[in-house]
Amino acid sequence: MKKSGNLLSKDGTRSVLATLISILIGLVAGAVIILIVGLCDSKLGLTEAWKGIRLIFFGLLSKGQQAGRLIFGFNSTNIGDMLFRAVPIIMTGLSVSLAYKTGLFNIGASGQYLAGTTASLFIALKMNTAVVSPWIVWILAFLGGILAGAFWGSIPGMLKAFLNINEVLACIMTNWLAANIVTWLFEGSGLQCTEGTKTQVIWKTSHNGVATAKMGLDKIFPDSQQIDGGIIIAIIIAILVYILLSKTTLGFELKACGSNRHSAKYAGIRDKRCIILSMALAGALAGAGASLYWLSGTTEFHWQTYLSLPGEGFTGIAVALLGACHPIANIFTGMFMSTLNVAGSKLSFFTGYNEYITDVIIAVIVYLSAFSLLIKTWLGKRAKKAEEKKIPDVVYTSKNMPEGAKPPVSENTGKEGNEQ
Amino acid sequence: MSYLIQQTLIYAIPLMIVALAGVFAERSGIINLALEGIMIFGAFIGVLFVHMCQKHGIFALLPGAANWGSMQLFEILGMVIAGILGSLFALLLGFAAINLKADQTISGTALNMLAPAIVLFFVRIIANQEELRLYKGDAAEWFMIKKGMLGLGEADNFFVNTFLNKVYIATYLCILIFIVCSIVLYKTRFGLRLRSCGENPQAADSLGINVRKMRYSGIIISGFLAGMGGFVYALTTSNCMSNGDVAGFGFLALAVMIFGNWKPLNIALAALLFGLFKCLAAGYSSIDINGDGIKLLYELSKHPTWGKVLNPNFYRMLPYLISLLVLAFTSKKSRAPKAEGIPYDKGMR
Repeated sequence: MKKSGNLLSKDGTRSVLATLISILIGLVAGAVIILIVGLCDSKLGLTEAWKGIRLIFFGLLSKGQQAGRLIFGFNSTNIGDMLFRAVPIIMTGLSVSLAYKTGLFNIGASGQYLAGTTASLFIALKMNTAVVSPWIVWILAFLGGILAGAFWGSIPGMLKAFLNINEVLACIMTNWLAANIVTWLFEGSGLQCTEGTKTQVIWKTSHNGVATAKMGLDKIFPDSQQIDGGIIIAIIIAILVYILLSKTTLGFELKACGSNRHSAKYAGIRDKRCIILSMALAGALAGAGASLYWLSGTTEFHWQTYLSLPGEGFTGIAVALLGACHPIANIFTGMFMSTLNVAGSKLSFFTGYNEYITDVIIAVIVYLSAFSLLIKTWLGKRAKKAEEKKIPDVVYTSKNMPEGAKPPVSENTGKEGNEQ
Repeated sequence: MSYLIQQTLIYAIPLMIVALAGVFAERSGIINLALEGIMIFGAFIGVLFVHMCQKHGIFALLPGAANWGSMQLFEILGMVIAGILGSLFALLLGFAAINLKADQTISGTALNMLAPAIVLFFVRIIANQEELRLYKGDAAEWFMIKKGMLGLGEADNFFVNTFLNKVYIATYLCILIFIVCSIVLYKTRFGLRLRSCGENPQAADSLGINVRKMRYSGIIISGFLAGMGGFVYALTTSNCMSNGDVAGFGFLALAVMIFGNWKPLNIALAALLFGLFKCLAAGYSSIDINGDGIKLLYELSKHPTWGKVLNPNFYRMLPYLISLLVLAFTSKKSRAPKAEGIPYDKGMR
């Protein structure tokens, strides 16, 4: 059997290839911007631009520079930091994915993330660790964050289920409500950090001994200050979401309800319950991401959030779409996004450029993911052409029949559109 | 009272014009979630234009009473350029939504992510800090109209003090554009055709209307208004500064559009209401400055129990809460365009 043709005709392979093409175009777009800016700006010039481009592609492996030359190699600090920063965006990515698989576009992950942040930080900092042991406080704060996120996510869910309000609009409103309420709550909380000249910052949770367990990862990445067990918890949760969605009855009901609410209802699935539940689960995942990030004990929360929403919610959309909303794929796309993040900080450290170029790359990738259907169709056509060139020499059964030989129904783009 | 009215107008006008931008896109059948992003981009372009002109000595006349006319021209040019570049930016959404039939929510979100990123990237390189300001002077010194300039220095009545003193021409220009655009949308052939594409594109197509062209017109007008609104926002509320952020005004404009039920007159009223809330949140402590604010609100803010609730956070939150409630209670009667968000497919019925 012709392997290449066969691979391309598989839907999964085409998804992966479409993702890789999106990533490549995004990175090249970033590199082109850097090159153009370097050529136009006399302060930067071609040498800086070349440095910038190399950092965009290999920033994770950067080991600093000597005499103006970049050195690359294995860097455990970078990888540890990358894994830590991946945790919240893997979780928001899972949140968006779960909602997307059940037919909802969760643009409200930012608000749910803020709700989780608030609940976790309040519980972790308000409880007296001299009385209750820190790890019990950690668990309570983690659960609190999950519940707060679930509650915040269920609001647009309920509006959608009972009043048929577009969840995108409801999520936008709840996002900004959360942004203002969080500022309001923290303003009068008495949790403000009073060290030095810092303003509008809450104590780190390590202030009273609450911090995520390292789970031995600090031995593997000894130089990273930030790495902790959060990434392991995130991976476990991703696997649980995968099992929930593809191996359980509940997951099947949620997906059925997402693809057609009315036919699901006809089949005896309680559609309202499903919609609320899937938004609540999505919210819980975003809230859990916030808990894992802020309970690490190494990060400080700026509580004046009313002017802008946390970026994790929107990066989560990128993570989800890039991974074709597959929970396991989200682990890898989340890590890729945080790799970009690390590369961005290297870029502003070593060159005249700044870290915002990585946000540009992420935005380009999200924009392209809207076309992923187009790229997939194009790949499918290529597979078809490859099949036509070579005369097939095997007997087809219904199982190994290639795309090109199938009846035209399978080529219907409308069907693939539903899967998107 | 004049302080309150002036401040409210300053916040309400950008909201109004950007909400109208949303209407043009949605009436033609495209959900424009990217309003925030287009505003951010427009604000950056406008500020950059003013900054560069100042730097290179174009409009090098000294600002002040003698040259106030040419300063107004300068301001209007900035608005037009911000609008044109806003249109170009919005075309990214149009291309994805119309030609590629991509998911409009996702494309809009992508533009909302792209705008602040690209703006901050260039601001850092141009200004070497997180925000791009005017090259010299400040917005009030260069662009603000004072009553002395109009030869009304002696006049001291309510009308002159409120509407002709310490105002920007952008405010009035936006009101004019708002009225013209509303008439275009409701009283012309073009407007009717545009709206038909948002309600039932198949029927419109069968009557010989080019749906694709109409949707492109909708998104271009939408981008122009939103980009211009972004610059007006930056000019009047944040001293002509661009920092990759318009404090959620684009989303607030979406809320205005929903609250106004996609109709221009209702939108104008909704924008005034939300502008008042913004003004209360920003000028909360000085509502009753010189005794010309609203006495009741001032006294409530000092009240031992009510004062705790009626703080800036509450006023900032109120527009979103109201929009959510409006969405909840009018969902049955909502006049949202029927075909919005659905890519046009000739074969569909």
